[in-house]
Amino acid sequence: MEERVISLTVENRFGLLAKVAGLFSARGYNINSLVVAPTEDPEISRMVLTTSGDQRIIEQIIKQLNKVIGIIKVTDLCENDYLERELLLVKVNVANQKRTEIIELAELFKARIIDVARKFLTIELVSETRKVDGFLELLKPYGLKEVLRTGTVAVSRE
Amino acid sequence: MKKKLTGAQIVLEALKKEGIQHIFGIPGGVLIPLMDALYDEPEIKFMLTRHEQAAAHMADGFARATGRPAVCLATSGPGATNLVTGIATAHMDSIPMVAITGQVATSLIGNDAFQEVDITGITRPITKNNYLVKDVRELAQVFREAFYVAASGRPGPVLIDIPVDVQKASAEFDYPKEIELRSYKPKYEGHPIQIKKALELIAHSSRPIIYAGGGVVRSRASAELTEFARMTGIPVILTLMGLGGFPAGDELFCGMPGMHGTVYANHSLMETDLIIAVGARFDDRVTGKVDTFAPHARIIHIDIDSSSIGKNVRVDVPIVGDIKHVMRQMLLEAPKASCAPWRERIAEWKRKYPLEYKRDDKLHPQFIIEEINRLTGGEAIIATEVGQHQMWVAQFYRFKEPDLLITSGGLGTMGFGFPAAIGAQIGRPDKVVFDIAGDGSFQMNIQELTTAVENRIPVKVAVLNNCHLGMVRQWQELFYNKRYSGTILSPCTDFAAIAGAFGARGCRVSRPEEVAPALEASLKEKEVPFVIDFRIEPDEKVFPMVPAGASLDEMLSGIS
Repeated sequence: MEERVISLTVENRFGLLAKVAGLFSARGYNINSLVVAPTEDPEISRMVLTTSGDQRIIEQIIKQLNKVIGIIKVTDLCENDYLERELLLVKVNVANQKRTEIIELAELFKARIIDVARKFLTIELVSETRKVDGFLELLKPYGLKEVLRTGTVAVSRE
Repeated sequence: MKKKLTGAQIVLEALKKEGIQHIFGIPGGVLIPLMDALYDEPEIKFMLTRHEQAAAHMADGFARATGRPAVCLATSGPGATNLVTGIATAHMDSIPMVAITGQVATSLIGNDAFQEVDITGITRPITKNNYLVKDVRELAQVFREAFYVAASGRPGPVLIDIPVDVQKASAEFDYPKEIELRSYKPKYEGHPIQIKKALELIAHSSRPIIYAGGGVVRSRASAELTEFARMTGIPVILTLMGLGGFPAGDELFCGMPGMHGTVYANHSLMETDLIIAVGARFDDRVTGKVDTFAPHARIIHIDIDSSSIGKNVRVDVPIVGDIKHVMRQMLLEAPKASCAPWRERIAEWKRKYPLEYKRDDKLHPQFIIEEINRLTGGEAIIATEVGQHQMWVAQFYRFKEPDLLITSGGLGTMGFGFPAAIGAQIGRPDKVVFDIAGDGSFQMNIQELTTAVENRIPVKVAVLNNCHLGMVRQWQELFYNKRYSGTILSPCTDFAAIAGAFGARGCRVSRPEEVAPALEASLKEKEVPFVIDFRIEPDEKVFPMVPAGASLDEMLSGIS
């Protein structure tokens, strides 16, 4: 299994998101995350999706995406250097006097405490997806009340 | 200032620009503005069908017979959903078709209005593209785009959903001459480096085989393929969808591969060292168990759809491009393959394992097909339904040209053949058109006898009537201990009587000597459909057969 980050430039048109999502579900491919947002050109949107599969499946995914009318460009970012970020908002339990420990951990990851309540802290982290994974793993023992992730956005370094 | 037209008039003007002379369909509440505009339109004939599914298949049959896109029409809600099977059929077989549906008024969309359904949502996975037109000013552009998309690249169906108020609103009619879509640029030429690699593989192969499919027919490349095969001396096998793409009478022809293919086609695939796949997609019915398929072969795969390449089998030399273009490129430097011993080996298989059936005094379906072939001189268009009769046609009819076989290969839609035959006859009034049917399939769109009678369409229907759903029954007989669950069509239908009741003609044939006279009578009929009810034995089976999931060399060849 390989993880891939695929960036799509698409016509900002009704039904295109459904088309992309439908393509994945109809053929049984995984979507791990999917982000859709406008670009500097109002007629064009950007989709960044992360997916996984063996090489044959990844190749099929890219070919199938290329076939969709409305998708202007398909870029497999993993073919070259790229930068990725994901935003995490997490509410962590701070009962049991663990508040200081959690704050230290957050500092270590360059995360920010954005809200403090009596029973929990809300922390914000912007980082690479695997660091977000790692941070959450370390927070887990304290008790995660709520986890929100935006999914990966990524840009090539070229 | 240009004169304004209503949306309904714009639709008709656009269709005329695209050369459309027929619309197959059924009206409904939200289509009345369009139907009203049609009332004054002398250049477009509305063919009123008796079920929307049949309208889609008629457009499909018309498109297959003529090579040009055709149009079907249905109202919102149930009318639109009735088109779905027909659209999916066209999608699987890459047929250019434009389906137009009426939609509830834009102000009501999303309100669960009467006869509202999200047809663009429903058809998204089975169309090449689809459109919901909410602004009358976009109509002309959408039609231009729809026809361009349907007919170019790998062809396919496109759906346009038009709300009733958009049909009534008006705008200037300005039909775009040029069309360019930044997200759709079909590639026609093959990459020269890939072509060079392919030609090198061919030059070094000693047991090459051409495996060609529907892409050859759709791309109208059979002349190029034939020239290439003859020039190189490489034997040719054709998939169901490819039949006619290479003349069946040529000595290089090795029949159809796969589940009900010839022994020699399947043996060739198992022993070849090079498969040249031309517009075919290594469907599971062809490859059998994919892990053991063509174990010694390198594979060159030519297809206009890159996603067809490497989908089911690994490919050594992919060539993305239109078959006609790529074949022409390859012809420029085609080597002569040194494969005389290989051809001799295949010829030996052909002598040893010919397609055969028992020639006794019973009425055998294979004989009926051979007689149709003989009496029409192989010139007729043959539509089929889906099942045993379809496989017998593929095995025993000698298709000498493309566009003569009209069959639902991908989706396998029962009920397809008869309406498709009507559509084909409308597109090709000069041709004799047969629907070779099973009794199960024919009954799925039998109501279209009325449409054919009304429009004086003299299609012939040869029902190979075994009073069963024969193909499933065959599997039950061979693999499920003869437990005929849900496959007995009882009581057996009297198709001649039904034909008569619809105003068509019909007769029944039970003995071999009655076959030719009945066929001759049907060929003389030029006004109405002629249905021949051929009573065949229920335990007649399609052989050879590779059981589902088995390897191509595990064929059952039993002659019953």
